Amino acid sequence: MGVLEGKFEDNVLVTSLDWVFNWARSSSPWPLSFGLACCAIEMMATGASRFDLDRFGAGAYRATPRQADIMIVAGTVTLKMGIRIRRLYEQMADPKYVISMGSCSNNGGPYWKYGYHVLKGVDEVIPVDVYVPGCPPRPESLLEGLIQLKDKIRRQTIARKSEA
Amino acid sequence: MTPREIEALLKERFGDRIPESRLDGLCSWSLVDPAAILEVARFVHDDEKLKMDHLELLGGVDYKDRIEVVYVVNSLTYHHRYTLKCRLPRDNPRIRTVESVWKVANWHEREAYDMFGIIFEGHSDLRRILCPDDWEGYPLRKDYTFPGKYHDMPV
Repeated sequence: MGVLEGKFEDNVLVTSLDWVFNWARSSSPWPLSFGLACCAIEMMATGASRFDLDRFGAGAYRATPRQADIMIVAGTVTLKMGIRIRRLYEQMADPKYVISMGSCSNNGGPYWKYGYHVLKGVDEVIPVDVYVPGCPPRPESLLEGLIQLKDKIRRQTIARKSEA
Repeated sequence: MTPREIEALLKERFGDRIPESRLDGLCSWSLVDPAAILEVARFVHDDEKLKMDHLELLGGVDYKDRIEVVYVVNSLTYHHRYTLKCRLPRDNPRIRTVESVWKVANWHEREAYDMFGIIFEGHSDLRRILCPDDWEGYPLRKDYTFPGKYHDMPV
């Protein structure tokens, strides 16, 4: 993820840089503001005061993909929407991450067999970092997914992978 | 008015263009000759005793041998409700639009066109309303087969 990734020799400078980058990225993963179905209601609840997404620095929903760092795909991805989701994802600036929220966006959910209009998982069109199961997931689940994503971001490095 | 009175009124006015009625169910209905639908719609909307000023629902039904268009009309003045049905051939379902009677029919007819391929003649803007514009086939028809792919996304 990102243009710098895997470009440098591993040394003490790189380690410190990694720490700064990852601290910055994982501390303010601003989500793109869009919801597709009932999962979006849970996402809104997560953003509101009881669950308070702002505790994790992710409460600033951006109305434009240019300013967003993560995309929470909350709800049923129809084929019509799939095209638009791919475009929104491509418009986001690197580094960008995707949380797939709920059964529908994980694999089509209840529309798996008879949904002629539903994409069978958003990972058919964009790469997904974290899958949050549930129908819809409770806010705690989404928070857990976000924490998993932050762990994933903290493990990133700009160092080249050793040949071992 | 009771459904029986409404049916009598329609029958008196349109005669054999109302070939069949059923009044015992939850939803009383009359079959209307498709060629006369606009006239009947205009009548039930304008008539002083009926005043069906609200088109509650316009939908399609696929019965495998025919396609039906269902109009549920409702009077907000007198609080009575009635259903009109038109039977159309399955291979070329065409019917006049009732957009000029109830403006709301615009979107309902677009939906019926989108899902069943019913052509509403004279409609001002007959495009698909839910499916993408380049969608193939009419999803709620009984013989609809799922597309294998849409653009490059597997279905």
